[in-house]
Amino acid sequence: MFEIALILLSAFMIASSIIAVWFKDLLASTIALAVMSLILSLYFYMLHAPDVAIAEAGVGACITTALLVIAIKNTERMEEVEE
Amino acid sequence: MTPVVRTIAALIFPFIIIFSFYVIMHGHLTPGGGFQGGAIGASAIVMLIVAYGARNVKKKAKEESLSIFESIGGLVFVIVGIIGFVAASSFLYNFLVGEPLFGTIPPFGSNPGILNSGGILPILNIAVGMKVIGGLASVVLVMALAGGDEE
Repeated sequence: MFEIALILLSAFMIASSIIAVWFKDLLASTIALAVMSLILSLYFYMLHAPDVAIAEAGVGACITTALLVIAIKNTERMEEVEE
Repeated sequence: MTPVVRTIAALIFPFIIIFSFYVIMHGHLTPGGGFQGGAIGASAIVMLIVAYGARNVKKKAKEESLSIFESIGGLVFVIVGIIGFVAASSFLYNFLVGEPLFGTIPPFGSNPGILNSGGILPILNIAVGMKVIGGLASVVLVMALAGGDEE
């Protein structure tokens, strides 16, 4: 059961990372990165490291997302497609 | 942001701050500590910056005062370390063991956790929490202020 949960969480993390690279909308990419960070903190918690999990949830899922959202708000939202 | 986001942000801001203080104060008993609680408290201020805009937050908390807050945290850490150097043998010596403030020696074996214990560790946790709250909040505030005008 535990191993199945870990494999599922790994699959979700890889999927959200691929989505973050694949999207052209940078705001959606930021949200996908936040989801990846949140799943990573859950992963840390399941591996009996709650200290690292709290730090990851606070810094990775909140402050990094806010910094990227502020940066996107002051630049362009859509990534330019180069041919 | 819309009024819904602003109202909810103002509503849950005190709860996040209280949780941050809880994590910092119980740093020597439960998972968490100065950095983790400080990151949670800074995320509360960051939430206000995203919801209300950096200009409105700056009226309440200037980046100079956040910087002073951060510096007080670092100064408390160093002063406590030097007091350990002067009062006893080494830097960061735990000179508060046996004193009434944070000095209770817990009984041997498993116990539910005594908050009034740990010696200088809670003081160091509070110092690190002040430093992290001031540092991370001022980083995001300066970046949001540098980005020009927004809502």
